[in-house]
Amino acid sequence: MTLDRRRFLGLTAGLSAAALTGCSTAATTPSSAPRTGGRLRAAFAGGGAKEVLDPHLANLFVEAARAKAMFDKLADLGDDVAPRPRLAEAWEPGADLTRWRITLRQAAFHDGRPVRAQDVLASYARVLDPKRAFRARSSLALVDLPNSRAVDDRTVEFALTRPFVEFPNAMAAFGAYIVPEGAEDFTTPIGSGPFAFSSFEPGRSTLLKRNPDYWEGAPLLDELEFVIANEESARTNALLGGQVEYAHDLTPTTARGHADGGRMAIHRSPGSAVQAFAMKLDRPPFDDRDLREAMFLLADRPQLVEAVLAGNGQVGNDLFGKGYRHYADLPQRERDLDKAKYLIRKAGAEGLTVALDTSTAAAGMVEAATVFADQVRGSGLTIEVTMGNKDSYWSDVLKNGSLSSFRSGAMPIETHIAQRLLTGSGTNVTKWARPEFDALYEKAVSTSDEAVRAGAYREMQAALHAEGGYLMWGFADWIVGTAPGVGGISTAPANTLDWARFDKVWLG
Amino acid sequence: MSPTGYAARRLALGAAQVLAVATAVFLLVEALPGDAAVALAGDHPDPTRIEAIRAAMGLDRPGWERFGQWLAGLPRLDFGVSLVSGRPVAEFLGDGIGPTLVLAVLTLVLLVPLSVLVGVLAALREGGALDRVLTSVSVALHSIPEFALAVVLIAVFGVRLGWLPPTAVGVDVLAEPAVLVLPLVVLLARPICSIGRLVRAGMLDALASEHVRHARQLGIGEARIRFAHALPNALAPAVQQVARTTDWLLGGVIVVEAVFVVPGLGTTLVDAVAGRDLPVVQGLALVFAVTTVTVNLLADLVAFRLAPRTGVTT
Repeated sequence: MTLDRRRFLGLTAGLSAAALTGCSTAATTPSSAPRTGGRLRAAFAGGGAKEVLDPHLANLFVEAARAKAMFDKLADLGDDVAPRPRLAEAWEPGADLTRWRITLRQAAFHDGRPVRAQDVLASYARVLDPKRAFRARSSLALVDLPNSRAVDDRTVEFALTRPFVEFPNAMAAFGAYIVPEGAEDFTTPIGSGPFAFSSFEPGRSTLLKRNPDYWEGAPLLDELEFVIANEESARTNALLGGQVEYAHDLTPTTARGHADGGRMAIHRSPGSAVQAFAMKLDRPPFDDRDLREAMFLLADRPQLVEAVLAGNGQVGNDLFGKGYRHYADLPQRERDLDKAKYLIRKAGAEGLTVALDTSTAAAGMVEAATVFADQVRGSGLTIEVTMGNKDSYWSDVLKNGSLSSFRSGAMPIETHIAQRLLTGSGTNVTKWARPEFDALYEKAVSTSDEAVRAGAYREMQAALHAEGGYLMWGFADWIVGTAPGVGGISTAPANTLDWARFDKVWLG
Repeated sequence: MSPTGYAARRLALGAAQVLAVATAVFLLVEALPGDAAVALAGDHPDPTRIEAIRAAMGLDRPGWERFGQWLAGLPRLDFGVSLVSGRPVAEFLGDGIGPTLVLAVLTLVLLVPLSVLVGVLAALREGGALDRVLTSVSVALHSIPEFALAVVLIAVFGVRLGWLPPTAVGVDVLAEPAVLVLPLVVLLARPICSIGRLVRAGMLDALASEHVRHARQLGIGEARIRFAHALPNALAPAVQQVARTTDWLLGGVIVVEAVFVVPGLGTTLVDAVAGRDLPVVQGLALVFAVTTVTVNLLADLVAFRLAPRTGVTT
């Protein structure tokens, strides 16, 4: 019932928005020159009771954005989804890649205490606490804490349990924030970020104020307020009604309706979210390589991008991270119905019906499943779209079914592989488990030879492209809307440093 | 039966109903796929991580043990703590009840006089132009679902004309009452129609009844007949409809709260179910059950008082 209502609301809001802009004046206000002052109100979807200010527990987009406003990580991801130094001014691996020396920049927490090496070690110890379940734990798991040490106040030496050249990716991991040593109570959080805490009402509003002493320069805004509106239509309406100046995560329909920029400015971040179908390799029918290839050939990617993303995206080539560092540019796959039919016959799968599990857990998944089921028609294979529970969807499809909808935000290609494609990965939806692939990964992350590493990444991706379980058909733009005068909004992919970053934003 | 005895019996029954609802809610949420640990893990459902979250939350303990602990806390008005955020459930209820109560009370305060007015006017002009207009508008308005009306009102008055705030995003509803106007219109639209129709029908029945005819023969003034004799009888069925409307209002009016982003009990409930935050869901179920029982009891007592001849058998 809820699902129907949500979809209905989204649809009607899109229609009314489109109808309204049809008669609005098409005056585009260019963003003014940067200026200081004012309060920016930003509307995000929230989680009600789930919302917390503990940056290590951040899970939702709004929590990530709030954590980023109040805290810093040692490193964060740049526009190419490669790590950039943040609180760490510099990093230097030892020759065997198991010891990393990190130099901290001169930075201070909001209460004036300097950020010291001890705070870094304490923060990582908190994330790694075996009694907790912080999201960044799997990324930091290779840190050998007992053998890591603070050389002096601004130098940390990390010991790793194995050679790992991509350690900066771990420092940039989702939720790997640096908090003051001993911090446990986050009702009035203290960080080192560009904004300091003012007030918090879970599920409603969080008010932050400018940190004038931020190491990267004080933000332009005086105040930043996060407000919660779970429905996309509500965020759009609040923006149009002048109640907020920034609305996060809008649909392509809304973006299309407001493309003229008269009433709201639309900002797109390309390459933010990959849209895919995941086939499980450890069970029939997709344990058959030919059938997987047939599926790859059945997808009409441009049509999916047009129909599901309303053109706000790019076609995918069954590989994660288009445009990111280490992405392998292999020949683009095109639809080939005849070859697909032949492969389906060859696999003995003619007349077979496969259930495609999907849900509204992420935008566009149900639509994509429906469109794809249509595209498969006439190939000998039948796809039956099955709606799952959106609250437990990601956990359900990890265990059950053979074909499911998939979506993921941006992360380094190395992280994607480590979390989802190694034999022991915690979230291996496709059940891709190949010793030779694991060995290639080991080779890539344990060599400091750039060429060897690039070769290994290319080889891994070639294997995934040829016979992997992810049918990655497109990359969605991330869409945010702002009041026309708001300046300084970045178009970096979602989950990277500049996404939902407000210290460079000004009110026009 | 005396009203007091009747009330006492109904209260005992009500307590049993509340407990039954709480048990049913517990079993239903337990039966939902996934638990708080799964919901919290979101799109990073690493099984070892889910296990760790589950252990940290005490979800690895058997269900009956958790339910027993919850029941044991009730006499002390201890509703437990949220699994997800660790805050006391009472705090959630306190946060959510304000906006919902404001909306519900304002709706009722406006609803009762408005719908009685509409119903009486229509009844007194039975068959006339006014009656026909009121009837057609009622039927038309009543057939529009809340969310459709809300979407249209927001698009026209909130966004296009800019007269009223389209949502209550980030606003304290008491500090800026303008945000309540559109939600109130949506909440009032359908109950005014249904209750107005009931009042009209009851009024017509009463005016045609034996005792009104008798009163007329005795020469009692027409105004007195209408408002002192006919109206109370006409109101008895309407009062029970008002009680049902109150349940619906306090039930959070989930759709209206979601569309207008009013942070009331409905929003709290949706979030808690999505997060499988069982103690919060149980606490809310308790509030709704108590409200429903109380409101219906009050309505029956009022109806009993208004029209004792009809008898109250429920």
